[in-house]
Amino acid sequence: MEKTVIDAHNISKIYNPETIPVYAVNNVHLHLLEGEFTALVGPSGSGKTTLLNLIGGLDKPNEGNIYINGTDITKLSAGKLIDFRLHNIGFVFQSFNLIPVLTAKENAEFIMLLQGIKKSEREKRLQQLFKEIGLEDKTDIRPSQLSGGQQQRVAVARALASRPHFILADEPTANLDSVSASNLLDLMEKLNREENMTFLFSTHDQRVIERARRVITLVDGRIASDSAAVPTSIPHEQVVT
Amino acid sequence: MWIIKLAWKNLWRNRSRTLITVAAIFFAVILSTIAESLKQGVFENLVKNVVSFYTGYIQVHKSGYQDEQILDNSFEQNPTIEATIYRKSNISTVTPRLEAFGLASSEDLTKGCLITGISPEKENKITALKSRLVSGHYLDNDDRSVLLAEGLAERLKLGTGDTVILIGQGYHGATAAGKYPVKGILKFGSPQLNDKVLYMSLPATQEFFSAEGMVTSYILSIRTEKELNASAEAVKKAIGKNYEVMTWEELLPDIKQHIAADSNNMKVVQGVLYLLICFGIFSTMLMMMLERKFELGMLVAIGMKKSRLILLFIAESVLTVLTGCLTGILASVPLIFYLNKHPIRIGGDTAKAYERFGFEAIFPTSTDSSIFVYQALVVLLIGLGLSLYPIAKVMQLKPVTAMKK
Repeated sequence: MEKTVIDAHNISKIYNPETIPVYAVNNVHLHLLEGEFTALVGPSGSGKTTLLNLIGGLDKPNEGNIYINGTDITKLSAGKLIDFRLHNIGFVFQSFNLIPVLTAKENAEFIMLLQGIKKSEREKRLQQLFKEIGLEDKTDIRPSQLSGGQQQRVAVARALASRPHFILADEPTANLDSVSASNLLDLMEKLNREENMTFLFSTHDQRVIERARRVITLVDGRIASDSAAVPTSIPHEQVVT
Repeated sequence: MWIIKLAWKNLWRNRSRTLITVAAIFFAVILSTIAESLKQGVFENLVKNVVSFYTGYIQVHKSGYQDEQILDNSFEQNPTIEATIYRKSNISTVTPRLEAFGLASSEDLTKGCLITGISPEKENKITALKSRLVSGHYLDNDDRSVLLAEGLAERLKLGTGDTVILIGQGYHGATAAGKYPVKGILKFGSPQLNDKVLYMSLPATQEFFSAEGMVTSYILSIRTEKELNASAEAVKKAIGKNYEVMTWEELLPDIKQHIAADSNNMKVVQGVLYLLICFGIFSTMLMMMLERKFELGMLVAIGMKKSRLILLFIAESVLTVLTGCLTGILASVPLIFYLNKHPIRIGGDTAKAYERFGFEAIFPTSTDSSIFVYQALVVLLIGLGLSLYPIAKVMQLKPVTAMKK
């Protein structure tokens, strides 16, 4: 039986709820199974990043619940949520967001330090990760000396280093040239295929959309379409019952 | 440990900004250490000068003598008491005195004077009286002659080899009268002392006042001035309630007040220096928070607890402050020791005023190690205090807001 990784019920994010309410995410239901390779698409302002932030526990919905591996993250305190993110979710951001004073290896190692993993285990994982991302010869180089594509690969390595349940990537190819974007997608696909890693990424990039196995389209904060066979937009009443 | 390493690396992400901050702390620490060291050095010198003029660091009297300084409030010279006082660790010299006012006359002139009976050798150890001789010779322990202060000698028109006639009231109302050869003339910086003091050997004074075996005070000098009050307390405890033990601060409250007032002025200067340090550190923190807002949001997003982020900022603050502070102190140590060995010499009217009072016109620095420790601690506390700003910012940090471009 396939394992549910993300289960979002009836979630809404409303800005200015007291005055002029603006629905950034409006009554969204989303169900992601382990090993899915999903693209979240839609025009600017459709709520892609807000939905990723809600699923990633970076923001709280005004309505609804989000279950990650069975844990309702909307009920967690701010402190516990940070800890939850550390151990369960990998993040890849649009602008790489590596720590500039650390080398590529140290950036990937950083998250394991936060997790309190022993040095020997860290070394083992790093060796494997840099082999996977194909940057074994760039481990001691600082981000400023790496290309955009290489930096994003290190960001993927960092996201994977914590052994998360899934990876959230907000427009990961937005700042990359076509070759780098293609290489990054190859890497993500490989990880998805070989390690069954679940990916959910927002994108505008047609090349990414073409390679996604599932495409969810958001319009005005609502799911307009979902290429998955299983229905992802379940009426709230059904979920509650 | 990795937080410290990361903090150190973060300091050098903007090398010039960190160097400017460290330089601001470095120079402020040097200036404030030198200011404090000069302040203490000048005061120590002032106290040393004043105390070595006459009062000594501590005086022991019979209870009530300070309020009524008459011969009838004298007490019997007691070798046991002297030995008890001398045994106290910080006491370096103990000398007895018998003091009372009297009249000094030459052939046609008479003037009031302070007749001071001393033990010449011991007295010299405390007040360096011998060095004040401008003519004649210093007293021997059983001398029957006197030393006159220059001003008093001039008023009486007496010189070395002349005779002075002394008249006064002795112990328990006895008449005191006698004539003594002038053995030497002393010059004091203080006009008060220069116009009225007359020294005799203690046995001669006791005989003159019919106060055999009596003294009005023991004058004490100490090894470490810092332990002045503790030493006075120890002596008080050892000799009992029949005696009053007074420090120079109690004997000369005006000088103490002057030092306190000057010390407050210096605190204002130091306050300005500390303010400079505050601006230096705070502007760095402000810029750093603005520059790294996105990164901080990202760190919290990927799972760095805010408490660890706070630790990181405290470590960055402490490292910046410590770097500036330690280099500042390391640079100020040789400077302060040099200024201690080669004090700043002042000139002009101020120098003349100093010399008129018998003070050498110099500003030496104090090499007291507590000055360096204190300055380092103050600057460190400033750094820690100012790191409350990034701490407050981190506490309020929301990753989504921080990562918005």
